[in-house]
Amino acid sequence: MADEVILLDFWASMFGIRVRIALAEKGIKYEYKEQDLFNKSPLLLQMNPVHKKIPVLIHNGKSVCESSIIVQYIDEVWKDKAPLLPYDPYQRAQARFWADFIDKKMYDTSRKTWATKGEEQEAAKKEFIEVLKTLGGELGDKPFFGGDNFGYVDLCLIPYYCWFYSYETFGKFSVEAECPKFIAWVTRCLQRETVAKALPDEKKVFEFVSVLREKIRVE
Amino acid sequence: MAKSDVKVLGAWPSPFVMRARIALKIKSVEYEYLEENLGSKSELLLKSNPVHKKIPVLIHNDKPVCESLIIVEYVDEAWSSSGPSIIPSDPYDRAVARFWAAYVDEKLFPALKSIGSGDGAEAKKAAIEQLIEGLVLLEDAFVKCSKGKPFFGGSQIGFLDIAFGCYLGWVRVTEKMNEVKLLDEVKTPGLFKWAERFCADAAVKDVMPETDKLAEFAKVLAKLRASGKWN
Repeated sequence: MADEVILLDFWASMFGIRVRIALAEKGIKYEYKEQDLFNKSPLLLQMNPVHKKIPVLIHNGKSVCESSIIVQYIDEVWKDKAPLLPYDPYQRAQARFWADFIDKKMYDTSRKTWATKGEEQEAAKKEFIEVLKTLGGELGDKPFFGGDNFGYVDLCLIPYYCWFYSYETFGKFSVEAECPKFIAWVTRCLQRETVAKALPDEKKVFEFVSVLREKIRVE
Repeated sequence: MAKSDVKVLGAWPSPFVMRARIALKIKSVEYEYLEENLGSKSELLLKSNPVHKKIPVLIHNDKPVCESLIIVEYVDEAWSSSGPSIIPSDPYDRAVARFWAAYVDEKLFPALKSIGSGDGAEAKKAAIEQLIEGLVLLEDAFVKCSKGKPFFGGSQIGFLDIAFGCYLGWVRVTEKMNEVKLLDEVKTPGLFKWAERFCADAAVKDVMPETDKLAEFAKVLAKLRASGKWN
């Protein structure tokens, strides 16, 4: 019996993109269902009643929620192809640590670079650059966070890249100027077809962020 | 393996440190426990966890592992041939356990903390309601995960038991200090009985702090916070 895999997602979500990359890396066929986050569907509410958020993976009728949990689930179920997490327990712990760091630090800080103004925005910019520098320190001279191969940490982080244009435009700063090594890593990730295809156009994201800013009345 | 090959940097009141210690006990791993003075963090802590500077830290053959749930999974994997499995073997059950573990950290613990934070009667009432709602959700999760057995993990304590159970000391202290019932026999009968079993478990009872001692600590912490000397 063939697996039935459905992904409830939102095109611009950096969390959803993680799952799309994971599914592509594993060559899994799935049905993509775009969700309207301002008018949530009964299916979404039924499949993620606790958080009512995307992404949600529905595998043979059973829902898995939270992007990093979904990616680990995909890695464990479809374990014979393209491993995302390392085999060694210590390396796995390090990968989970940095994915957790990204989850704790990237979203709130990056959001403030476009959703706030004045002093709050300036502080957010500084903190965001610090976060990227810390990640850059962990990357070091390796081609990927996973070492020679693209892996879990790379996958968790790269989706943010399509939002960088929005952060830089509204926040008036340049990631390349502040963290050139980071951009070198981005370029390597984008050379992977699975990544290039999963990331939406940054100008479309910018239009979306502009609409969001109006909704929350930033100016 | 020599005891000094495994170290845990911790603090006795911390529910997160408990998680690491329970996991090591389940796997019968001997370790050296180093109590941190959180008013003045040790060189070893700052060197081992430069990013967050927090406990617990597990140091295994001089290599540090940070973040309590990550430590639990690491212990389970590094000593996989010793003792029972901590994380469920089925990928879907694992995803469910990880989901609820993240839920208790992101939603329950902040609500628990804000009950005692002294932000006023309205805020306290809202925090209590939020916590109880969360516990009702966990009751349902308990029924589904345990499938009639004593623990979330089945016949033995597992990942979600450890993730959630480590908060029980603080739940009891919050109940006592705020004269409120949080874990209710009527609303959450499954969890109520599970809590007793968890606290009595061989892997737990030696590392679960006594409620009275924890309550004393909570009072000191509250004073420090009020005076601005503690973040």
